[in-house]
Order: sequence, then structure tokens, then C-alpha cells
Amino acid sequence: MLNLNLKTTPFHERTSALCQPQNWRKWAGYFVVGSYEHVLDREYWAIRNSAALIDVSPLIKYVIKGKDAAALLHRVTTRDVHKMKVGQVAYTGWCDEEGKMIDDGTISRLEEQTFRLTAAEPNLRWLMMNAVGMDVSITEVTDDVAALSFQGPNTRKVLNKVTEKPVDELKYFRLMTNKINGVEVTISRTGYTGDLGYEIWMNAKDALKVWDALMEAGSDYGITPVGILAMDMARVEAGLFMLDVDYTSASHAWIESQKSSPFELGLDWTVALDKPGYFVGRRALEKEKREGSAWKMVGLAVDWVGMEKLFGKVGLPPQIPGSAIRASLPVMVGNVQVGYASTSTWSPLLKTYIALAHLQKPYYEIGTDVRMEITVEHHRQHAPAKVVRLPFYEPEWKKK
Amino acid sequence: MTSPNTYDAIIIGGGHNGLVAGAYLARAGKKVVVLERRPIVGGAAVTEEIFPGYKFTEFSYVVSLLRPEIIRDLELPKHGLKILPLPSTFTPMENGDYLAAWDDHDLTRRELYRHSPKDAEAYDEYARVMARAAKAIKPIINLIPPDPSSMSIRDLMGLLKVGQYAASLSEKELYMVAKLATQSSADLLEEWFETDALKGTKAASGIIGTYLGPRSPGTAYVLLHHYMGEIDGAFRAWGFAKNGSGGVSGSIFNATKALGVEVRVNASVQQVKVKGGRAVGVILENGDELDSKVVMSAADPKRTFLQFVEQKHLPDDFVTSIQNFRTRGSSGKVNIALSKLPNFTALPYTGNGANSVLHRGAVSISPSIDYIERAYDDAKYGQISKRPYIDMIFPSMIDPDMAPPGHHVMSCFVQYAPYDLEGGWTDQRRDELGEAVIATIEQYAPNIRECIVGMQVISPKDIERIAGITGGNIFHGELLLHQIFFLRPTPQWADFRTPLKGYYFGASGAHPGGGVMGAPGMLAAKEILKDGF
Repeated sequence: MLNLNLKTTPFHERTSALCQPQNWRKWAGYFVVGSYEHVLDREYWAIRNSAALIDVSPLIKYVIKGKDAAALLHRVTTRDVHKMKVGQVAYTGWCDEEGKMIDDGTISRLEEQTFRLTAAEPNLRWLMMNAVGMDVSITEVTDDVAALSFQGPNTRKVLNKVTEKPVDELKYFRLMTNKINGVEVTISRTGYTGDLGYEIWMNAKDALKVWDALMEAGSDYGITPVGILAMDMARVEAGLFMLDVDYTSASHAWIESQKSSPFELGLDWTVALDKPGYFVGRRALEKEKREGSAWKMVGLAVDWVGMEKLFGKVGLPPQIPGSAIRASLPVMVGNVQVGYASTSTWSPLLKTYIALAHLQKPYYEIGTDVRMEITVEHHRQHAPAKVVRLPFYEPEWKKK
Repeated sequence: MTSPNTYDAIIIGGGHNGLVAGAYLARAGKKVVVLERRPIVGGAAVTEEIFPGYKFTEFSYVVSLLRPEIIRDLELPKHGLKILPLPSTFTPMENGDYLAAWDDHDLTRRELYRHSPKDAEAYDEYARVMARAAKAIKPIINLIPPDPSSMSIRDLMGLLKVGQYAASLSEKELYMVAKLATQSSADLLEEWFETDALKGTKAASGIIGTYLGPRSPGTAYVLLHHYMGEIDGAFRAWGFAKNGSGGVSGSIFNATKALGVEVRVNASVQQVKVKGGRAVGVILENGDELDSKVVMSAADPKRTFLQFVEQKHLPDDFVTSIQNFRTRGSSGKVNIALSKLPNFTALPYTGNGANSVLHRGAVSISPSIDYIERAYDDAKYGQISKRPYIDMIFPSMIDPDMAPPGHHVMSCFVQYAPYDLEGGWTDQRRDELGEAVIATIEQYAPNIRECIVGMQVISPKDIERIAGITGGNIFHGELLLHQIFFLRPTPQWADFRTPLKGYYFGASGAHPGGGVMGAPGMLAAKEILKDGF
């Protein structure tokens, strides 16, 4: 019989039993939990204070294998992949020939000639096109590999209770093979929250065994299943952007101005212009590096007192949605629009309304005073805000 | 070079208000020292390991009104402040049932409907009316109280502001506020609701920290006070601080350090030095002398004016009025280290209780207004309540780092435990208070005794002895209508200044009052800076 339902993830049996509000979100063709509870607070705070267990299985995953595997990734992405050691993970974007971002994800060097690449969107065709003549196989393993993002300051303690080998020595952006409840897993010290955290990769058929082991071991450490809505708030605090929300893929853009370069997204540190040989977009990126970028993604911190005043005029206390808002909000200097915010959220930790914004030169300089659109009782207003350095929040234990 | 013992400002008391004031003064470039008599800072906002591994948020235990501007100005999140959600209130009932208020509106409504469809509807309306009334008086919190008898420009402007707020209220709201200011919480709640457990639980928040019962006039206002924190909806400054109340003080302490404030512990002040009618420094109990241009006290009003300053420096009527300031403590605290969670028969947990929703929030022993009024009856005549009102939380269920893995801590606020206990407080009477609490909880959670690993009982006398608050009142003085706003701590002197030049007062006994709010410290620092020095 024809089934038009979305796919479910390997954790569905557990996640669906726990999802109180039936709040489901679509992610790359799968159902994932938006929130497990009616109010987001506890899920958000699990990320920042204890241990959040997040099903991230819909991430698109490729295994790239063969003599030329490193060469392919070296060519496609902006990182110096030849320098990567086995067990290392690198965050990267990849561009078209004009140096405009197509997608972003992580490269994991699993073995000398085996890599895993994650992506937000399907990239198989693009990878194949770049692999012409290379000795390499590219296999999509999205359905076969289940993934859990385990985020928060207590995650290390919980993992140490269930893993065969301790994870204490696992450094930031490194990975290790390990075993949980008899199941072979790869654990990487990565995440999308800007806190201490790990991502656990496993064979889909073993997914529930890993989930159960973590939930049991974590019960004394405040483990909490967390949906992607709470993660969305945390990732803004961490200054991390999202494809199709904060930028448009060069392969989908209708017009030039929709495209972004890695420099414009603040990814300067991932663009290895000093690496040997050709890579896609190299010339354009070199030029942009020389001439400076027209745009830049920055953080905006909205001034609370200013917002209070605007709401106060109509007799209201400031109203802020309880979750991240994925709406484009104009950013002004004087009466001129100088950019836009692409995601904004209330930060429960910082007690500040924050946004990821794309601003034109020279307004993207740290400390610039701008104004961001807010809606006050159906009327558009502009609240004072300041350009601040990203990330908004970076605990000392993130990399320690 | 100035001597190391010379400062721009000396702050007496390293509680949260003293630290906040120190931070604001240092932010303005002043050389500040904060003097704390205990070996740790925090005052009544401290977390201590009385039993190794179990962290007790010893006195105050929730954050409700910590001023958002203080959080931002002092960048407290960067210094470790995290306010975690305390999502529910669970009231076990004498008939074995329970009443719960959850964090989701629809769930709460459904729960209330189970007890009374009428109350379920009235509840929303009541919440709206209270929120509106709270909103109407909220701007007053951040005002420097104007003196209505004064003709100074500042006071007149201040009065005008208050007047403007009053004028902006609708007729209905104005009546509501007037009624709230004079009614008892029992009268107010009986106008709205029929469910005893609901009325009891709501009334309880009107008597916290006062020496009054729910049928005493004036208690309705305190209910309103509690709605103020709720207006800021998204803001949610209400909750449990990571690491308990010591986490709040700790973050403010870190902020003061970053701003260059010197904080001295084990530095008990004996006296404020006065020269030419001006406060010019302090003398410590160890004999050390410190000099400064101004001195601010963040201690309670009685210590501030009757102990630190020789009375000859203050007008007689002022002294009398401070003597009459009501600071009698009426509440105690029982902090318990647990090997497992007590299981409430009304809603038992399975397994180790890690998923027990009720333990993540407050548990209130307040089955009815009569129950609380009876508890008050005991206290009125100097007795510990036989069946006290108890507000419990399980900090380790909110912040797992508060206890060893799998173990828990429990914080019980207890009322009434009168400061003026008949016959006086002794170790035996303190044990009696602990036993009254355990016996009361046992009625609803029969396994409580087998869960206990260690227990700390704190009477108002202990609050006085440990935290240094005269009378052991958690607000440094009751939040009664005759002791708030321009009457706090005493008429004419509600603007953080005192009759002694150069001597300022910025603690919970000053406007706008107690709770881990930080507003008195901040406002006092701002007034000190306005005076220039």
C-alpha cells in the first residue's frame, strides 16, 4: 500500500512515547520531536545545565571511501583535509565556483581512507561531479546510521558510566570508537549547542539499546530528552547558523543576492586559503579575502530598556515568543535598512533578546548601534540593538 | 599614595544587596570594599554543604524578583548565574487526593476542573485581575519612594509619577488595588474560589515572612507582590538558581571581583566612625580601622542604626521609629539530605523517582485556609505550629549537582516558628520544630523518615545568629502596608539616605523590600552616586 507518511527515525519507538504535546517537526523527510514537553524551559535548561538527549538521525550522512577520499573532500570543501588526522572532525562549508556556500556540515576522518560527511541537504550529485576520475566511493548512509546529540555539562559523566572506554581524553572535535550496552558506536566531541557535548553515531538497528542505556545511566544526572525547538534556541546563543534559515544554498538561490560566502557567514577560520592545490571556489574566495566582504553575519543584542519603552507606550510589558523565530527582521540605521536578522530568540540564560543578523559593511563592526524590527501590538517598531561578537554564550567547559 | 585602608565607599554586609551595591559603585569607578562578618559571602543567600556532598540552599531558596537590569548590568550569566525552571506546585490534600498547578495552562485548567469547574474558570479571571493590579503598581518598585510630606522638587516629581500611574488605572482597577491593599488574603480568595486546597495554597504566599495569618487584613497585598514576578512572562526571573541561592550571590561576587571590588570576609564591623556629623569609616571588631568617603549598610535596619551607630548621632524620633520597625521572624527552615525521594501517596512515583514530575516543582502543605490560620493560632501565642505550613522543593531534581548522584536534597520553608517562642529557643525546641515538619510531611509521604540521611533545622534565632538578621525575619522586616514604600524603613528616610550624612542604607529593610531582588542595593548605590563624592 502506498505510504505517504514521513519517515520515522530509529528512535521513534522511544521518542513518540515521550512526546507529550505531539509536537513533531519535519526534518529532511523525517519526523522528529519539536518538543517533548508543553513548555520548552526544561528542555532548554537540560542543554545548559545537565544532559540533553537529542535525536539528530535525519542529518544527511555520506561515507566517502577510497584512495582519493581525502583528495575529494580537499577539493570540495574549504578545509585542508590532507592535514586532518584519523579521529579528527572538522566543521566546514562548501562552495560553488563563485565561492558561495552550498551547504555546511562536519567531516570525520574515520580511517586513513574513510570519511563521514554530514550535510543539511542531499549533496550526492555535487560530490559525484567533483569525483570524476577519482578512486573513491560515495555512499549515503542516512538511514543506516542513527545519531544522537548528547549535550550539556553533565554528558561526560553520563557517558563514562555507559561506555566501555572512558571519554575523558576525547578532545573537542575529535572522535573515538567505543561501545555502549554492547553496541559499537562512534563518539565525536561535537554538537550544535555551544556547550560541552557529544554526538553518538551507531548502526540504526542498535539505536534503541544505546538510547535505553543513556536514559538509565543519566537519570541521576538530569538527563532529559530534548526536541529540536530547544536546540534551536541554544544554537543561536552559540552563534551557529542553519541552512535555509540563516542562508540560502547557492544551488537553490534564485538571485545572486540570496547567496552567501563563507566569509560573509563568519567562517573565515574554516577557509584554508593556504592549503595546497585547487578547491572549488578558491579564486573567488581569494579575491573576497583581498577586497573584504560586503556583508557579515554578526550577533545582535536587543536593548531591553529600549524594548520596554516601545511596549510601554501601548501599556504592555515586552512580549517575546518562547522559542526561536525564523523570520527575517529588517535592521536599520537611521531610516536606512542595513541588513536583516534571520533568526532571533529570547535567551533564557542571558536574559537578553538576541539575533543572528546579516549586516552590510561597515555596520557589521562590533559595537555598532542599530535598530531591529519588532512588532508591538500589530505595529512595526524598531528596537535599539548592538552588534556583538559571536558566540553570545561560550561556557569555559565547551572545549575543556 | 592612599593608605590601603582608605576607600571611596565601605559596604557593611556581603549579602546579595551589599555585593550588588559594591558592584554598581565600582562600575562608576569607585574604590570599594565589602565587609562580611562570616567566612563566606552571600548573607541569607548562601549554599553550604552541612553534610558533605549535599548542598543546602540554607535560607532563601528560590529567586523570584531578582531585577533583570542587575542581571544585565553586572553580566551575571557570564559570572555563572543560571535560573532554572521550577515548573509546578503540588498540594497534597488531607483526603488523599492532590491539587497541582503545572507549567502548562491547559494542564492546570484540566487539573482544577477535576476539583471544581467553577474554580477552573475563575482561576483565569483571577490571574488576569491580579496581573493587571500588579502591573499597575510594578513601576513603583524602581522608583525612589517620594516623601508625601516633603515639598522638595524630587519628592514632588516622584509623587507626580506615582499619581500618573494611579491615574492611568481604570476605575475598576483602582478599586481592585485599594481592596487588595486592605483585605485579608482569605477574604479575597473566598470571593473567587471554592476549592480549599487552592485557597490554602494561594493564601500561603500571602503570609510568607509575615507574622500574620491568612485572615489578617493586609495579607492580600503580599499576594499581589508575588504576581509582580509573573508579569515579565518570557522573562522568567522566577525559579531556582543553579547551586541554590549561593549561586546567585556567587555570580554577583564574581561580578564584583571582575569590577575590582575588594571583598573581605571574617570582617565584622563594630562601629561606624563619625567625624563632624559625617560617617567617615568603620572600626572592625578586630580593632582595624577603615576610612572612606561614604559608608553603606546592607545589614538589617536595627543593626544598621541601633548597633553600628552611636545613638547620639541620630535623632530620637528616628531611633524610636527604627526600634518600632517590626522584624519578628515567623518562619524557619528545615534542610534535609535524602538517600531517596519521599514518595507522596497522592501521586506515587515508580523506579527511583527521577521522572517524578511533582518533585521537579514545589510541594506545598497548605490543604486549606483554616489549616494555615490554625498554624498561625499556635504562633500568635508563642508556640511552634503543630501542623505548620510547609513549602518544599527538591533542589537536586532541578539541579542534579546539588547532591551525590542518585541522592537528593530537600528544602522545607516552615511557617510558623515564632522568634519570640514562649520559653525561648533551645536545642530541644529546635528539634521539636524539625519533628513537627517531619510528622507533617509523613502524613502525605509516609516513607520520609527512611529517606533522611541528615537534617538541619533553622529557627528564626538561628537565622539571626548565622545570617545576622535581627529578629530572624526573612525580609529584614515584615512586608506590611505600614512598612513599605515611603514608610520603609521609616518615614522621611525611604530614599536610602539616613539622618547621618555619608551613611546610607541599602538592604531588604529598605524599599522595595526583601526577596533575592537586589533592588535595594542597586537603588542605594545609584543614590550614593547621585549625591556625588
